[in-house]
Amino acid sequence: MEPVVIVGSGLAGYQSAKEIRRLDSNVPLLLVSMDSGNFYSKPMLSNAFSSGKSPDSLVIKTADQMADELDATIRTDARVDAIFPADHAISTGGEKLRYSKLVLALGADPMRLHADALSVNDLSDYIKFRKALEGKKRIAIIGAGLVGCEFADDLSSSGFEIDVFDIASQPLGRLVTPECGKWMEHAMKRVAWHWGAKISKIEKGSILLEDGSAFQADIVLSAVGLKPRIGLAQDAGMACARGILVNRQLETSAGDVYAIGDCMEVEGQVLPFVMPIMHASKILAQNVLGKRESLVYPAMPVVVKTPSCPAVVSPPKPGSVGAWHTEAGTDGVKSVFLGEDGKMLGFALCGKAVSEKNLLAKELPAVLS
Amino acid sequence: MKKWQCVVCGFVYDEAVGMPEEGIAAGTKWEDIPEDWNCPDCGVAKSDFEMAEV
Repeated sequence: MEPVVIVGSGLAGYQSAKEIRRLDSNVPLLLVSMDSGNFYSKPMLSNAFSSGKSPDSLVIKTADQMADELDATIRTDARVDAIFPADHAISTGGEKLRYSKLVLALGADPMRLHADALSVNDLSDYIKFRKALEGKKRIAIIGAGLVGCEFADDLSSSGFEIDVFDIASQPLGRLVTPECGKWMEHAMKRVAWHWGAKISKIEKGSILLEDGSAFQADIVLSAVGLKPRIGLAQDAGMACARGILVNRQLETSAGDVYAIGDCMEVEGQVLPFVMPIMHASKILAQNVLGKRESLVYPAMPVVVKTPSCPAVVSPPKPGSVGAWHTEAGTDGVKSVFLGEDGKMLGFALCGKAVSEKNLLAKELPAVLS
Repeated sequence: MKKWQCVVCGFVYDEAVGMPEEGIAAGTKWEDIPEDWNCPDCGVAKSDFEMAEV
């Protein structure tokens, strides 16, 4: 019997393998990883410094340990060159590998706007970043989204001088209300924020803005967003939009090929977070093994890992009609987005208000029902 | 009292603090948390995943 082949060893790949193995102890599993295949927690990268963790200590299990535990074969440092859906095969390093079912857990690439900036999207990037930080003091971060804010908080709490640049006028501009943004900005008081910053050039540690101002930095970290990895799927003729398109059964347009995680788009949504992977992997495993279950996403609030200013967000679906209502106090901010019928469709909580997360999340509509 | 960290998402459970908002009193030991408990940040079940001691 040909194995179930999983491409990718991030959380989506390993969680899929785990769920498949839980349901079926016999099916042969082959995982193909372009890196070392070591298992680590990606959300921990952006708060490892202040919690005193070295990059090496972030490896929870090595690829060998994972292979043992999952009773799977894991190929490391193996880049997949092509997918041949008609042959039920992939190729890596010129070698063809056949599959019975294929799971694409390819992840996403950080968007790169400036060649001279580093970005941290996986553990190997993080190892490089930590090396680069040695003996340095001034770090510029491009982008005040989730990743940018988390690194800003982690590094500023660890004694680095942080400048954050964003074209927006507040932290987490796409996720939280201005009041929440203000609160976060003040809570992370060691960070120097630069709003409405249009960067014209980054070179040799200089950041030049379009308005003519210039800033110096020892290291520039770019955190301006993610782009799902769709190239392999596109080349194989599979339907893609922003991500690799799947239906509610997590099937791509190619027979016996599934997609999960940051590379995947379902009903117009690309959700590069942990919680969607946990839900999708359970459905994916059943369907790979012959069932036809449908993906359901409950409300999935995202916890922002910024210990200086705890925050949790559950943005309303794009295009939702309604308005934000905000209660701001000295110890936090609670913003809820109410639809026209008065039902809550989303929230953003900062400071003390984060304790209301679970209670509020129960009132939210499902992301996919 | 110990602290435990979810290996998937980094969520830290501090036994000393508990999770009063989820009905888990301060001082509740990790081993005393019900088996059907899920990590509040990522949804991993207690039985699914070892929590690493920090």
